[in-house]
Amino acid sequence: MAENKKKNEALTDFEIARRRRNLLLQAGITLFALILLGVYLMPLLYGVVTSLKTKAQSADPSAPLVPSIAVTFDYEGKNYDVLQVPTEAGIHEWALVKKGRRASQFVDPGNPGAGLIDWEGNWRALEPVWVPSVQWDNYPQAWNTIDFARLLLNTLVYAFVTMVGTVIASSCTAYGFARFNFPFKNLLFMVLIGTIVLPPAVTLVPTYAFFVNVLGWGGTWLPLIIPQMFGNAYNVFLLRQYFLTIPKEMEEAAQIDGAGRIRTFVSVILPQAVPALTAVSLFHFFFAWNDFFGPLIYLAGNRDANPITVGLTEFNGLYSSETQLILAAAIISMILPLAIFFMAQRVFIQGIVITGVDK
Amino acid sequence: MDMFSELDSARGTPRLADIRAAIRLTGAQRVEAKWGLLFISPWLIGFAIFYLVPMVVSLLFSLYDFTLSAPDEARFIGLQNWSRMLFDDPNTWETLFVTFKFALISLPIGMVSAFLLAVLLNSQHLIGKNIFRTLFYAPTMVPLIAAILIWSRVLNPQTGWLNQLIEITGIEAVGINGLRWLDDPNLIYIAYTFIGLWGIGNAILINLASLQGVPTELYEAASIDGAGWLRQLWSVTIPMVTPVIFYNLVLSVVGLLQFFIVPWVLNLGSGYPEGTTNFYMIYFYKQAFTFQNMGYGATLAWFMFIIGLAITIFLFATGRYWVYYAGESK
Repeated sequence: MAENKKKNEALTDFEIARRRRNLLLQAGITLFALILLGVYLMPLLYGVVTSLKTKAQSADPSAPLVPSIAVTFDYEGKNYDVLQVPTEAGIHEWALVKKGRRASQFVDPGNPGAGLIDWEGNWRALEPVWVPSVQWDNYPQAWNTIDFARLLLNTLVYAFVTMVGTVIASSCTAYGFARFNFPFKNLLFMVLIGTIVLPPAVTLVPTYAFFVNVLGWGGTWLPLIIPQMFGNAYNVFLLRQYFLTIPKEMEEAAQIDGAGRIRTFVSVILPQAVPALTAVSLFHFFFAWNDFFGPLIYLAGNRDANPITVGLTEFNGLYSSETQLILAAAIISMILPLAIFFMAQRVFIQGIVITGVDK
Repeated sequence: MDMFSELDSARGTPRLADIRAAIRLTGAQRVEAKWGLLFISPWLIGFAIFYLVPMVVSLLFSLYDFTLSAPDEARFIGLQNWSRMLFDDPNTWETLFVTFKFALISLPIGMVSAFLLAVLLNSQHLIGKNIFRTLFYAPTMVPLIAAILIWSRVLNPQTGWLNQLIEITGIEAVGINGLRWLDDPNLIYIAYTFIGLWGIGNAILINLASLQGVPTELYEAASIDGAGWLRQLWSVTIPMVTPVIFYNLVLSVVGLLQFFIVPWVLNLGSGYPEGTTNFYMIYFYKQAFTFQNMGYGATLAWFMFIIGLAITIFLFATGRYWVYYAGESK
């Protein structure tokens, strides 16, 4: 009896130790993940914070981290920088009125009537006085300078037109591979998957020569849109995997009711596959939003047709010293993709997993 | 079956008898085949127009001296483009060397990071898993150009936060003699790798899904045998996720061969600093589209295709020895 009780106590001791160990592990691992995430997302925070600074602050390594402006003081009709001036009586915040190499004259903003104060030392070594101030105005300024409305319109039209095309073509193709038997089906499917690892460069030169020289479509969106009207291997693969999970009985029932193949596909299969179709549409949208190489070569010489990617790159080249505007433009360009991702992440993540590991 | 094992099993060349049998169809089969081909016709037509024909024409282009601005002066020169590329043009091998050097640095870092992050996000001890997963994926959703522009400023030696962060740990990083990520030939590939780490979200997710698919019995058995966490990771987890590692490896290699956007956005393909960013794809772009040298450009493109194909075949051939497919006996 006593022995049994002792055993129970030992067990609870063991249990307590185990729980304590688990709690420690939880805290340790979660803290580690938090630190890692902080470092991983640090550039994003940097981008947001710096996009709200003045140009002067963004270029000053000793400036405070939060968006601020250097304080100035209006003295007898002129603006002077307020600096941190060390004196025997501690650090004063005085406005620098007359600069000299060894000695300068300041005025105390709190008591301008006292007149100029002489100070010995090199004013260049003095730090300015910063007060927090957020430059929201950088955003409309970046938006207008880069003409973001036009870039956005170009990108959206491109994304939606090609999205409709590629989703229709890919789902037809996927249905063909999922449900029908035809000669060389496996070989054709292998070729389709093989196009994933084919470098686009190998088809690019003749395609470019044909579109630009023969058809004269240089500077237009047509060479970028038309090839995407024929589906793409990733989309076909994802949709095929999804179609394979839809029970055949539903189609057979529809066919007994007299529906043709196309009717069955449109009214039975597609409504069942809405999650997969959404995932494919989203993937395509992000692809189009990021597409760079195609627009770079085909739209060369027609700046009005630029999408966001090329527009941002040109903006970066022209305004490279305006860090705050470049970062504001970069952040404007990521708002829509990030918003869509946060809203639709479940469908999205499932789609990636299917293309990557699905059996 | 994994998509690549499917590829593998279909790779055997069809025998003549199989082809005959496949073509000799009954009436109902013929109707089915007709519908099947009709449904896949969008892709089939697109494949012919935008893959098959251009590939062949591209190979033909490589036998011509052909400048886009003067198409009438195009002339057949045999294998001269090929011999120029392989033997006379130092840029071919220099840019290939640059590309491979960068790949050898960034590929292992990227793949190991994706795997380890997936292990972390799969840990039973992590609180708030879903939030962490979403947030670790978020940078992958940042458009690449925006990511490059942000990183180029974060890596600024004076005002960038990365150096200021490193400085906190006591290492001297800020300033002209500090870590000049984008200007120092010894650091440039690490800097580019950082930018690449903002795009590993898909690899993390695929790794994660694969980790979740490892049967828990395996871990129980291993822990009964006395295997610790590290031993379990090495002997159970890694072998079980090799198909995903393989998939990521193939896609990364193919992607790195075409590495273009980061150096283009940062320095318009100038090779700065000291030619370390003269990647093969940049060289191809200059030949084909800046100099409009279609014949030589096509040659460079075909060579890239051959190299990519050789690496892919090599990976598939060696994959037999280290990639584990459930249900397959070896």
